[in-house]
Amino acid sequence: MTRRAYRRTRRCLATTAVLALTLAACSSDGEGGGEDGKVTLHINGQPPNTDERELRVFLAEIEAFEAEHPDIDIVPHEGFMDPETFNTRVAGGDLEDVFYVYFTDPAGIIEQGYAADITDYLADVPHLDQIRPELHEAFQDEEGRQYGIPTANYSMGLLYNRDLFEQAGLDPNAPPTTWEEVRAASAAIAELGGGVTGYGECATENTGGWHLTTEIYSVGGAVAEPEGDGWRAAFNTPETVRLLENLRAMRWEDNSMGSDQMRSCEDVMVQMGAGQLGMYVAAPDNLPTLVRQYDGTYENLGLAPIPDQGGTLLGGEGYMINAGASEEEIEAALTWLQWRFVNPDEIERRIEEAAADELPVGLPMPPTPDIWVEGEIRDSVEALKEQHANVPVEHVRTFMEAAPTVEGHIEPPRAQEVYAILDNVMQGVLTDEGADIQGLLDRAEDDVNRVYGAS
Amino acid sequence: MITPTGRRRRLGEHVTAYGFLCAALVVFAVFAWYPAIRNVVLSFQEVNFVRGSSWVGLENFSYILDDPLFAKAWRNSALFTLYALLLGFGVPFVTALLINEFRHARAYFRVLVYLPVMLPPVVVALMWRWFYQPEGGLINEVIGGVGLPTSEWTNSSSTALISLVIASTWANMGTATLIYLAALQTIPGELYEAAELEGAGILRRIWHVTIPQTRFVILMLLLLQVIATMQVFTEPFVMTGGGPEDSTVTVMLLIYRYAFVYNNFGAASAMSLLLLLVLAVFSAAYLRVTRSQQT
Repeated sequence: MTRRAYRRTRRCLATTAVLALTLAACSSDGEGGGEDGKVTLHINGQPPNTDERELRVFLAEIEAFEAEHPDIDIVPHEGFMDPETFNTRVAGGDLEDVFYVYFTDPAGIIEQGYAADITDYLADVPHLDQIRPELHEAFQDEEGRQYGIPTANYSMGLLYNRDLFEQAGLDPNAPPTTWEEVRAASAAIAELGGGVTGYGECATENTGGWHLTTEIYSVGGAVAEPEGDGWRAAFNTPETVRLLENLRAMRWEDNSMGSDQMRSCEDVMVQMGAGQLGMYVAAPDNLPTLVRQYDGTYENLGLAPIPDQGGTLLGGEGYMINAGASEEEIEAALTWLQWRFVNPDEIERRIEEAAADELPVGLPMPPTPDIWVEGEIRDSVEALKEQHANVPVEHVRTFMEAAPTVEGHIEPPRAQEVYAILDNVMQGVLTDEGADIQGLLDRAEDDVNRVYGAS
Repeated sequence: MITPTGRRRRLGEHVTAYGFLCAALVVFAVFAWYPAIRNVVLSFQEVNFVRGSSWVGLENFSYILDDPLFAKAWRNSALFTLYALLLGFGVPFVTALLINEFRHARAYFRVLVYLPVMLPPVVVALMWRWFYQPEGGLINEVIGGVGLPTSEWTNSSSTALISLVIASTWANMGTATLIYLAALQTIPGELYEAAELEGAGILRRIWHVTIPQTRFVILMLLLLQVIATMQVFTEPFVMTGGGPEDSTVTVMLLIYRYAFVYNNFGAASAMSLLLLLVLAVFSAAYLRVTRSQQT
């Protein structure tokens, strides 16, 4: 080897060694213990740099928490639940100690053993018993063991455009209460012409199945029911057929839903924000999104209870704790989660902070998520909401008043697989004029039973 | 005779060469071979990243074979490939023939044809989603405007797949066109002159001169196209999500769902292994064609 080649090789080897050392230094050691007996807690849920307000508030919350709990060092990580990288991070040992999930995620995560069983640590955590029990259920296994904390939730209702209601001669303060009334209102709104459609549905990326699940609940139905140790499909009923017949009539007989049906929920929101859509099924958190991203206004939007009110879908979010966390880390994690999300003492400050930043106050969503059971804390939150409301709360009043009486159901087991199957039913009705509704449901029932391993 | 100094120099050169070779081998091993081998292993396991994976024999294969989407996904991928071959071979070949005939502005047309290739695939898919909207979409506005019947495009299970093929062909035909064009330009002009003297018209010249002279390139591109289109993912993922009614679920989309929506990495790996085996047949054919050309 020439001297130059030797030098080059040596330089390459040195560079490789430095890179390897750098990588090793950058990788997580997986240990929670820090210097001075501090517990170091890696958490995700940090908003991106582009969301300046939320990032500022998030970092300030951490600072305030650390000042109150000097024995806990919070290390925030950007991002929430990303299904495409989640498993890779688990495999690489890079999953944070405390990680964000949607209500659809815990069942699979618990089954695979990626989250810690925190049941035995919960007794000493204040206020957790004040969270609605059906929200806790989303984080429990079949034996009732708990693996996470719900921090916010939603239930689905009927979001509508008040201006279009008025233009169509409908009363915006008396939105439809049954699916038949939805059909009539949809036809009246579509009569306005100019590309306006009366009612819209999400139909792709499993959102069609998600919406259909909500609508099945609304007519008092269920998507799945327990059978022995497992589950079986329960949606193939005359009520679901009637529900889908009504949808088919809106689409094909009244032509009040337009012709583009292969849409995601985002497409539907674009149409609603642009004032081209009368109604769609949605959660309250769609309101600020419509205003912030799609040019909607709070004055023009209303939220009604889900039609028929036989039940509705409960969704939401929360945090789980890494299965590899030590006892100290679990305790620190619960201290953080309780302080940040289940803390009646901080609610007023957070409401004032949101109002000062001109964020909506008065809706059943953060900073005042509807997580509390009936009682003192709930009453106090409702009073604060009313006191600081900066959006026209009367436009969502029917939804809020019906909320305690409309039974909420969490998502069915193996929700994403079931939603993918029910997507087909929704798409079949919306894209095929001659769709055999009973045939679609029969096939979907077989497919869902196969997923559940039911005969 | 090699002197000791010469031997040392040659040894030094070999060490350097092997050093570079090792680097390439390491990169291939880590980023290509290891994932491929790992995929084979995972396809026989129930995958769990915390408790550790366990061997389950052929259970993953039995699971995917039992999935009603298995047959649909293969059928859709095969149909997509067939349509893409018909359109994706015919359109670029004819386009290349036309451009080859131009005396002027040939470079301009080459750039024009290649432009869509430079667009990110997701942008193309989103753009075509708008083109295909039944109301207000570009295509229905244009064809409806001249009195032709409009279509539901991606909104109907009978037209969704072919709609994706059209979008995909538009986006990808540039590369094939340029390769065909390059092949056409290597055909000696005397062959056409001789054919003309024999009284051959344009179609006979194409059939008897152009196609035989470019058959290696055609065959090579057809095989590469089969390998690429059997793995179609972006168009159905972005434009239809696999619908309506699973009419555009492809093998790759199903693999994606198994892995990232249902967290079933064993099933995803089993399906990937089957796809690998199918594509290996076409890859072997491709290698055979290229080797025969070299010899």
